[in-house]
Amino acid sequence: MKNPFVCLSEKDISDILSFLNLKKIEDLFSHIPENLKISENIDLKTYSEQQTFEIIENISNKNILPEPSKTFIGGGAYNHYVPAVIDHLVERSEFLTSYTPYQPEVSQGTLQAIFEFQTLICQLTGMETSNASLYDGATALVEAVFMATRIYPERKEIWVAETLNPEYRDVLKTYLQNFDYKLKTVPKTKEGIFDLKWMEKNISKDVLCFAFGYPNYFGIIEPVKEALKILEKEKVISISSTSEVLSLGILKSPGELGVEICCGEAQSLGIPLTFGGPYLGFLSTKETHLRKMPGRIVGETEDKEGKRGYVLTISTREQHIRREKATSNICTNQSLCALRACIFMSLLGKDGFRELALINAKRSYGLYNLIKKYAVFDKPFFNEFLIKVKDPKKLNKKGFYFGPPVENYFPDLKNSYLVAVTELNKKESIEEFAASLEEL
Amino acid sequence: MTHHNLYFTKTHEWVLPQEGVVGISNYAQGRLGDIVYIELTAKGKDVKKGDVIAVIESVKTTSDIYAPCDGKVVDLNPEVVSNPALINQDPEGSGWIIKMEIKDFSSEGLMKKEEYEEYIKTISE
Repeated sequence: MKNPFVCLSEKDISDILSFLNLKKIEDLFSHIPENLKISENIDLKTYSEQQTFEIIENISNKNILPEPSKTFIGGGAYNHYVPAVIDHLVERSEFLTSYTPYQPEVSQGTLQAIFEFQTLICQLTGMETSNASLYDGATALVEAVFMATRIYPERKEIWVAETLNPEYRDVLKTYLQNFDYKLKTVPKTKEGIFDLKWMEKNISKDVLCFAFGYPNYFGIIEPVKEALKILEKEKVISISSTSEVLSLGILKSPGELGVEICCGEAQSLGIPLTFGGPYLGFLSTKETHLRKMPGRIVGETEDKEGKRGYVLTISTREQHIRREKATSNICTNQSLCALRACIFMSLLGKDGFRELALINAKRSYGLYNLIKKYAVFDKPFFNEFLIKVKDPKKLNKKGFYFGPPVENYFPDLKNSYLVAVTELNKKESIEEFAASLEEL
Repeated sequence: MTHHNLYFTKTHEWVLPQEGVVGISNYAQGRLGDIVYIELTAKGKDVKKGDVIAVIESVKTTSDIYAPCDGKVVDLNPEVVSNPALINQDPEGSGWIIKMEIKDFSSEGLMKKEEYEEYIKTISE
């Protein structure tokens, strides 16, 4: 394999390979499964700019653009209205260029925006401290679990609820594969919640944390208080993972419930769906765990003239200072997405946020009551629930989209699909969707 | 507490065997800068010489404190918990950090004050 863009001589290459005890460059990629590798050369054709544009446009025309009101897709990303003011403000050049602040104190505006974001996340989750954001809900869960491992370095067992978003669980599994921890899945009951009896039976001093969805993957509000009572016996760290952060507008906050680490996905707060990213992970906790937290943290302080200013604080946990002993390799944050969420929350205010959450819940229950007989579970939820139908494609033809199917992750839940309802689903669409289900 | 009874490690801790207290050297506090936080990571544990027993955070960095000898880690000095700056002000006296129950003290691999002063001359060059 010779690459015209790699400026190494034959000798460089053979030196490096012999140092690494490898025979050929391809050996560097041996961990990638064979079926994922391209075996033949890629036939790259040359086109003009205009031709390229036409080709790409033809491909993009194959995309289906569903009516927002007829989309009921859930499962971790949610179709919400994005106020125009968000795009307008984040596209200001002062903000648009902002990546993570590497020369932080010069960028007071960026730091202030992050500080406000942290404050709002704390208020929303009922916690005392928040970091400047993480990549997405899945990596936020991973960082939350790693925080717990730092709190209990001698404990080895990690509990994760089967009802927590299975994609998040997969990411966690990948992160943990080279560590010496026992990852145990707390099974789900027939009612679609985590199994308290299993927890009661299996709790021990070796368990370091228990992570669960709030609401869970099926949209259900888990019996958190009962779980915390069991965890309390061995002082196990509780971690809530929230994929639909809007739910916290009406649910009791994790902090209020007594949860110790709160993480999740804040895509719902003014971030468009955009094929799955970039999204916005958040992580908040009690002040006692502050030093176990990864990522950047902005603090408010006073300069020598007594004027308010913002700084990156507690940075001694971070990679550029603590090297291999840092709390995480995360040395960045999702500034621009965090800014979007910050503007979204500020725009709605406390009452507006609650009102929007209520609209979501009311419309979801509206649909639920119309199609109750298809529902798989009968438990309180926020704006999402699971239904069982035979032939969803027929509904696609009428312009309705819902899902994802959960069968891949839960083989016992055949033909089951998530249905999420937001403020974008109009009453007429909800009624029409219910009627179309009847006709199946 | 008298200085000539202290034994120093190459990692800049000191131990006073008679009283079972551990701290960091004057040289170490100078290199760390203003100390803001200490955390005991091995409270109540039996440790071997060289194990990490605490973490010390300054405005510049966070460093580990290693056990200067075998024994059991008992507690932090309450005075430095409430006022970490005491470590900067009196590192080899009232700014002691950790109380240990020392098991079979041996001075092997440890240095007396004069030896340690020679040692830091060699590393600071």
